[in-house]
Amino acid sequence: MVTTAEERAPVPTSEGTWQPKIVAFLCNWCSYTGADLAGISRIQWDPSVAIVRVMCSGRMDPTFVVKAFELGADGVIIAGCHPGDCHYQEGNYKALRRVHLLRRLLDGFGIDPKRLRLAWVSASEGDRWAETADEMTREIRALGPMKAGS
Amino acid sequence: MTTLAKTKPKLALYWAASCGGCEIAVLDIKEKILDVDAAFEIVFWPVAVDFKVKDVEALEDGEIDLCLFNGAIRNSDNEYMAGLLRRKAKILVAFGSCACDGCIPALSNTTSRAATFDWVYRDSPSTVNPDDVRPQEETEVTVGTLRLPTFWERVCTLGQVVDVDYFVPGCPPQAHQIWAVLEAVIDILEHGKPLPPRGSVLGAGDRTCCDECPRTREEKKISRFVRPHEIIADPTKCLLDQGIVCMGPATRSGCGALCVSVGMPCRGCYGPAPNSKDQGTKMISALASVIDSNDPDEIDRILDGIVDPVGTFYRFSMASATPAGLSRLAGRDREALQERTS
Repeated sequence: MVTTAEERAPVPTSEGTWQPKIVAFLCNWCSYTGADLAGISRIQWDPSVAIVRVMCSGRMDPTFVVKAFELGADGVIIAGCHPGDCHYQEGNYKALRRVHLLRRLLDGFGIDPKRLRLAWVSASEGDRWAETADEMTREIRALGPMKAGS
Repeated sequence: MTTLAKTKPKLALYWAASCGGCEIAVLDIKEKILDVDAAFEIVFWPVAVDFKVKDVEALEDGEIDLCLFNGAIRNSDNEYMAGLLRRKAKILVAFGSCACDGCIPALSNTTSRAATFDWVYRDSPSTVNPDDVRPQEETEVTVGTLRLPTFWERVCTLGQVVDVDYFVPGCPPQAHQIWAVLEAVIDILEHGKPLPPRGSVLGAGDRTCCDECPRTREEKKISRFVRPHEIIADPTKCLLDQGIVCMGPATRSGCGALCVSVGMPCRGCYGPAPNSKDQGTKMISALASVIDSNDPDEIDRILDGIVDPVGTFYRFSMASATPAGLSRLAGRDREALQERTS
């Protein structure tokens, strides 16, 4: 069954307060397992982050990122294996280069490049995942809802 | 002869916000233009024949069989003509890159209407306008009121303002492709052949520009980006392999690899490749993955060689670019959207 990100992690909204929507694309081999470990270890992280599992951070077509923004995300996290650890040898390096170029493009369109974050999280780093999610949420809260030039 | 002329299908061509290159491209089919004249009754074509808008307004709805509409939608007049020709034409074709994806006029979508006016009427070095005279939509003169069309905040594609039946990309569409499309239409109208599925891209290939490119490709490893004037490029090797930003991997085939055959990189005028909606992000995907470095600082140094990624990757598709849509979501639009969804 396909579960959409929205169904998996509903963002709690109280009356009149804005809550960020952050979509995180996690690689199957390291980061998703890391987030899973965080869950098993009962580490709390901000529920504004909705996780989508992809096979590899190298699978992250920049189109997905702008699509996420288009559909209302305020921030996007791409997380993959640490450099040198990619299950497919170099997918994470491809992600790294794409993110660098995509940030320039977002900047050119008046979208703060900080809204796109790349993180390396291994399968054993549940705490690191929770930190990444919390940090990103804090950053997006500080930036506010997505606006041109924000 | 008179009865035959009456039964000929009716053809209209129109230009909105465009440079006129698409019109020239139609004439580039050379003597075949006589075949077009033989097969169609031309009812409207401002660049070539003297029919007026009121003549089109006088036609029945759906009376025009085929309308080739080139140019983007920049102002209220363009939008009016798009709506008028949509009503009058059975088949409306977005003809050329401007009508399909916005093309060069849509590059101004990176800025605002006010900034565009400031540059054109005040700040550009070739402008002398000490009184800061600006065009007015309405001007009172002794003989009455003069009206100009309203200049929109942003440039739209034809498909963003009316329903479009078919798309013919290219800046301009190549003559052989135009002829192929016209021939197909004649075939359909005369011999009752079935129409292609609505929304199809006609007069173009279903692969990428790279598939038509005569140059030799190798395993790509780019350690430095250069602009075409900075090196003398090897005439047989892939331009991207040589560090020249070539839009080939993210661009639809159909032109016959014209630019790359004569040493210029593909600029992307045939629009996004099949099965992709957004040319720029596809280009990022293709380009960034072949950068020859794993070190963030060095990657940045290499990327510095790409001057103006926004204008380069979306030179012909800014009006339909997803990130441009994000910019539009900004401010008022965005808040309205949130109100609706929350």
